[in-house]
Amino acid sequence: MIIVKQKPLEEIFEMTKNAKNFLIVGCDGCASIIQVGGERQAEILKTLLEMKSRVKGEDGPASQAISILRQCDRQIVVSSLNPVIGDYDTLVSLGCGVGVQTLADLYRDKLIIPANDTEFIGMHDTKADKFYEMCRACGDCILFETGGVCPITRCAKSLLNGPCGGQSNGKCEVGGWKKECAWVQIYERLKARDRLDLFTKFRPPKDYRVSGHPRELGNEILGEDAAT
Amino acid sequence: MTKEAYSELMKQINAGKFVFTGELEPVKTTRLDEVIEGAKTLKEHVVAINITDNPTAFGYMNALVPAYMIQKEAGVEAVYQMTTRDRNRLALISDVLAAGALGIKNILALTGDHTTIGDTPQAKPVFDLDSATFVYMLKKMMDEGVDLNNNEIEDPPKFNIGIAAAPNANPLEPELLKIERKVKLGADFVQTQCVYSVEQAKNFLDAAAYLNIPILVGVAPFKSLSMMKWMVKFVPGIKVPEEIQESLRKAKKTGGKEAVYEINIEIFGELLREIRKTTNAAGIHTMAIGFEWIVPKIIERAGF
Repeated sequence: MIIVKQKPLEEIFEMTKNAKNFLIVGCDGCASIIQVGGERQAEILKTLLEMKSRVKGEDGPASQAISILRQCDRQIVVSSLNPVIGDYDTLVSLGCGVGVQTLADLYRDKLIIPANDTEFIGMHDTKADKFYEMCRACGDCILFETGGVCPITRCAKSLLNGPCGGQSNGKCEVGGWKKECAWVQIYERLKARDRLDLFTKFRPPKDYRVSGHPRELGNEILGEDAAT
Repeated sequence: MTKEAYSELMKQINAGKFVFTGELEPVKTTRLDEVIEGAKTLKEHVVAINITDNPTAFGYMNALVPAYMIQKEAGVEAVYQMTTRDRNRLALISDVLAAGALGIKNILALTGDHTTIGDTPQAKPVFDLDSATFVYMLKKMMDEGVDLNNNEIEDPPKFNIGIAAAPNANPLEPELLKIERKVKLGADFVQTQCVYSVEQAKNFLDAAAYLNIPILVGVAPFKSLSMMKWMVKFVPGIKVPEEIQESLRKAKKTGGKEAVYEINIEIFGELLREIRKTTNAAGIHTMAIGFEWIVPKIIERAGF
């Protein structure tokens, strides 16, 4: 899922300081699952923003907190927000960058404020209470050849033919020898399956046109039925 | 297997001569005199000198200029180090063509240390190619006379291509397999990171023997006791035997800086002799950045 992290409150206060009133929009998608952007967080942020404006001795803006199913779906946003958006001049999004931009595109007369920083596409390990970046959406998946470990994402240099000289005891020089070297992990997984041929295989230079942004996909993603 | 030789370095390796190479580091300067002086110091003792390319991701002078200048002004062959960290494939092609035009005969194809460990850690790392895909591109340019998209090159360049190796890598097997990939792509020789004992050299050379590629073992004396301490503490994969550490500590205590130099000459002279005598190394790559004068003394002490 998309991992997001709430911005420092001071930054949010700075962006909202001129708002007369605002609608805080949570997202029940990824941001809610990791408890950064759901209904509860929207309520909390509303309370904090109200407290902030009271501390400053001003009249608190009339604000409301809601959460919608997914901010990354135009139709869901329209059907969920149109009935409540009323006269709010400012929307604070607790979604990811996709949510913020969807709101900004749909409601061009309103100020859209991102409450979160979008971090990465990642896995949540609830036991370790950590998030790990796992995919960079390069559009050309080679996980079959790399033992299910993505070197584009998990190697700091995105090497196709690693490891580099910056690994020691399976740890990476980037970040002070704490993170795993993806290429040593790939080696271990392929060795265990007796497929070191896949490790040694030469992978030619990547075609970066595939991941050149901004990317778009037509209805082929849903199949022909969807188009008719 | 004998590789086609375009450089003096490769000719001597092919002739079975035990070769020495040196290393010089153009720094954050517009001056070339120090590099040229360093090259003159090493000239009679090494067959070629590596010119580093933004080593450990520090932003220094473009290596191509001093690589050309040591050949022109000091008359010693260069090993032009090129990393893929700072240039995409277009910029690499440009510099490779320029190197060909300037008479460079050796390229050491490197991935390069990550930007975040250098002096400008905010920089966007490039890594469009890696060292393997870079070797692939170089061979294509040389042998087929075309770039990666088969666009013809007028008067294609000829180089001997070196690659790096980490002899103390743990685990070692992925390191060997990675070298194997590049040997198959056409790399001509290997220069390793530093070793501090003949056992370290031997272990790696034995494990890599099946690759059938000439290997120059890296040796780097210590400029000072603090440099040794720093390396032991912060550079993983560097294993300095306790006897060496103790000898340097003792030398510093009893005779200061001069004694540290003297013990270096003794220790590394012995290491060079042992590597030559007891291993199948093709030669030794010496790295004594900022005190190149010690290299001739070490080689002399080794009895070559």
